[in-house]
Amino acid sequence: MWTYNKVLQYPINIKCPNAKLAKFIISQYGGPDGELAASLRYLSQRFAMPDQKSKAVLNDIGTEELAHLEMVGTIVHQLTEGLSIDEIRAAGLGEYYTDHGVDVYPQSAAGMPFNANCLACKGGPIANLQEDLAAEQKARATYEKLIDLCADDPDVLDPLRFLRQREIVHFQRFGEALRGVQDKLAEKRFFMNNMQNCPNNMMNREEEN
Amino acid sequence: MLEENNRMFGGCSNTITNSDCQYTPQGINAAFGYNTANLSQNMDEDDDNMCPEEARRRKQQMLNDIRSLSFAIVELAQYLDTHPNDQKALCLHQEYCEQYRDLTDKYQRIFGPLTIYFPCNRWRWIDEPWPWEGGMC
Repeated sequence: MWTYNKVLQYPINIKCPNAKLAKFIISQYGGPDGELAASLRYLSQRFAMPDQKSKAVLNDIGTEELAHLEMVGTIVHQLTEGLSIDEIRAAGLGEYYTDHGVDVYPQSAAGMPFNANCLACKGGPIANLQEDLAAEQKARATYEKLIDLCADDPDVLDPLRFLRQREIVHFQRFGEALRGVQDKLAEKRFFMNNMQNCPNNMMNREEEN
Repeated sequence: MLEENNRMFGGCSNTITNSDCQYTPQGINAAFGYNTANLSQNMDEDDDNMCPEEARRRKQQMLNDIRSLSFAIVELAQYLDTHPNDQKALCLHQEYCEQYRDLTDKYQRIFGPLTIYFPCNRWRWIDEPWPWEGGMC
């Protein structure tokens, strides 16, 4: 189970609201490569992983992504706090404001609501971990685009840089988990079976009849 | 000094002794629907010489107690969110938090970490089965 810690993973103090930046950054909240998708992806995939290391990595990174979700939500909230209607309209946030006001709603930058189609649980540990590696790289690329777009506000830039770095560390951990799973799947397997004592064995059943 | 200030302004401390907390197991627990103020069973302290069955039984018992305390704290916190001035609930929350802290500390020393914030000499986090595998149940 989870408990909540009343502290952000990395401090966020944005002094200048900026609706245009909020419109872009919300993609990392509920967009296809956002933190919500990342967390759901890892926390859903962890159940059927074949070894302890990959279960632990998915569990612990999936948990950290929830802290990142809170960070991105905080950035969007602080960027939209105290804006006038004219500023919201000028930034192209009129449509968003119509449906959500200044709440933080999980959607992509283009306005698509969050959809679990953007994550996969493929039923194969190799496929899942490769998906996770790609997801971290896609999130890193998204953060780099956001860093380009937010270059003039150091208050926004700083937490974005932190989040980008975490994607790189997670990519590293998933790579190690993948190698562990590959090694495990490549091991020789030994099957030990005592047919006589197996109650579901067809031979034994026939004898009973 | 900080802690003194904290106490003066009704702040938080793990070791605070609230003189208002004079509840009886019947009174407060009747009010909150709990059967007993003490949700954890007192167990013998001699942890050496335990047979495997006894160790398993104790682990189960401690986990059940931790779960009970944890749920009581969650429930009280939600109640206190909308009733922040309820002194009885505040006392009960304090009591259960202390029990929870002591019991989780004891459990983790013996049976391994429940969170990544518990330090170990060896990384025991990946040893135990996960909750969805029937571990910690």
